[in-house]
Amino acid sequence: MLMKHDRRVAQAECLRELQELDFVLLELNLYMDTHPYDKQALEQFNCLSKTRRKLVRRYEKCFGPLYNFGLSKNRIPDGWSKGPWPWEI
Amino acid sequence: MWIYEKKLQYPVRVSQCNPRLAKYLIEQYGGADGELAAALRYLNQRYTLPDKVKGLLTDIGTEELAHLEMIATMVYKLTKDATPQQLEEAGLGAHYANHDKALFYHNAAGVPWTATYIQAKGDPIADLYEDIAAEEKARATYQWLIDMSDDPDLNDSLKFLREREVVHSQRFREAVEILKDCQGKKKYF
Ligand SMILES: [Fe+2]
Repeated sequence: MLMKHDRRVAQAECLRELQELDFVLLELNLYMDTHPYDKQALEQFNCLSKTRRKLVRRYEKCFGPLYNFGLSKNRIPDGWSKGPWPWEI
Repeated sequence: MWIYEKKLQYPVRVSQCNPRLAKYLIEQYGGADGELAAALRYLNQRYTLPDKVKGLLTDIGTEELAHLEMIATMVYKLTKDATPQQLEEAGLGAHYANHDKALFYHNAAGVPWTATYIQAKGDPIADLYEDIAAEEKARATYQWLIDMSDDPDLNDSLKFLREREVVHSQRFREAVEILKDCQGKKKYF
């Protein structure tokens, strides 16, 4: 088990990776909303979406569920309702 | 429906406790051109807009909720260690009297958020032009906030948000062109 401070740093780093990937996915998403027939964007989006699923799995294994309502598995301890919350990181 | 994701869209860090900056940032929380107004505007307009732009309004409206959370995080971090006296000196005495350190949907001058800030005309062109204007006003507000802030960490996040407004404006402009094309082909309704 990492020390609390190290754990926070590691969590922020892993989140950062996810945030970077999500930036590209969101950009492609909004682009495809107004360019729905761009095959290149579609391919890139679907490929990165797969990468994202792997990254989410890695994040959740270390830091707990990222989603509520059944989109992530919950666990004991360090489950969904346990902090830190996004505004506390 | 919506699913909550336990992460911010972009990291928010602040260099130090600074309630004065928090007071100004509230403009983007509960102000006329802030993130709450943006999210509620798009997510309400989308129901009756043409099929071709429903997705865009849904997605940008959802992203605005993520921006709202980032602004809340900035305000929270800038004020959490402040004493009541520091809040008062920063001009947040009236806020503290009513809300302690809780956030509230009002603008930098303390005026509560109102639905009269937003419109849904049911006319696609009128609604999308309002949306483009809203994005440009939000972008300008972010610029004024950056100009007033001397916190490099905070400015990093504010610049990210400013750039998102530029992207949203661009996508809304494309949506207008898509509708104009359809109108020409009489497939408008
Ligand atoms: Fe926006």
